[in-house]
Amino acid sequence: MSFRVACTLPLLIAGLMVTMTAHATEAEHIRASQAWIRVLPGDLPAGAYVTLENTGDQPATLHGAHSSNYASTMLHKSSEEGGVSRMTMVDDLSIPAHGKVELSPGGYHLMLMKAVAPVKIGDKVKVSLIFGDGSTLDTDFVARPANATGASD
Amino acid sequence: MKLCRTRHWLMLLMLALGASLLTGCHRDDGIEWRLTNVSGHMPDLDFQLVDDQGKSVSGKDYRGKVVLLYFGYTHCPDVCPLTLAQLHVVMQRLGPLADGARILFVSVDPARDTPEVMHAYVNAFDPRAVGLSGSPREIEALSKRYRSAFTREPDRADGQYEVSHSSAIYVFDSQGKARLLATPNNSQDDMVHDLHLLLSLGTKS
Repeated sequence: MSFRVACTLPLLIAGLMVTMTAHATEAEHIRASQAWIRVLPGDLPAGAYVTLENTGDQPATLHGAHSSNYASTMLHKSSEEGGVSRMTMVDDLSIPAHGKVELSPGGYHLMLMKAVAPVKIGDKVKVSLIFGDGSTLDTDFVARPANATGASD
Repeated sequence: MKLCRTRHWLMLLMLALGASLLTGCHRDDGIEWRLTNVSGHMPDLDFQLVDDQGKSVSGKDYRGKVVLLYFGYTHCPDVCPLTLAQLHVVMQRLGPLADGARILFVSVDPARDTPEVMHAYVNAFDPRAVGLSGSPREIEALSKRYRSAFTREPDRADGQYEVSHSSAIYVFDSQGKARLLATPNNSQDDMVHDLHLLLSLGTKS
């Protein structure tokens, strides 16, 4: 037993040193604010919105999201052209260095599907935002009523 | 001098006549609508659908109310709720006048939008909203009537799908006449302004 610890400990320390000396992750440079979910009745898919600010010198990329409260999450974009509204899946959303991107109604948004347990108005739902380098940022999204127009009134 | 004045009056009279001829085809002379005026260019409100209580309804059931007609579907997580939330704000800003108006949310996805689903959905936005569903043929007929369009997009891996649909809001007066068209470019102020006028006209007649 002690032999095993003695053997793995240096490896563990080496591993830690590698991660500490590596470049900071994309998630470490992102500040999330105004995070909210529009909760719809029943088990209808919900739109989630957030403002992402990149404080880093390098552009970051939002690649998707994950939440243990929902079975699946997708990054989407709504668009309106020639009087027709449509929604398309988006693989990546770039956040410029020292720039800001808003996921807001009528544009980019996360679509949360199949709530594992009912989400009530006022709940805080943890959503992990996943970035291009695989780093994640846990963000609390506040559950708002269907007819809300933003993160707060 | 006298002749000159008479000529002046004659010219003014002709101008007034011309102006009245120009506006004569519209019933509300001189009203400057902010939304697109479609009076006389679109057919009256008419349909045979099922409301969110499961009751068969026609366009005539909404005579006496100013109607805001919008096509959408409940599995639309972004644009439809945004539009309905904005209409709710417009209704709130209209105050008691809003009781003279109804939001008719017509589903372009009748396969998933049953009256029960529609009932919970529309009531989450505004008490004056009604959810309408029906057979695909009836919905298509209504959509075509107002030159609106919708397309079911290909199924995703999880079997779910999106429906692309018209973004316009069609406004009908209390007699069921098509009057105004609102697009996402119109501001909430424009909507409130025009609906206020239309609802005030309704109470006078």
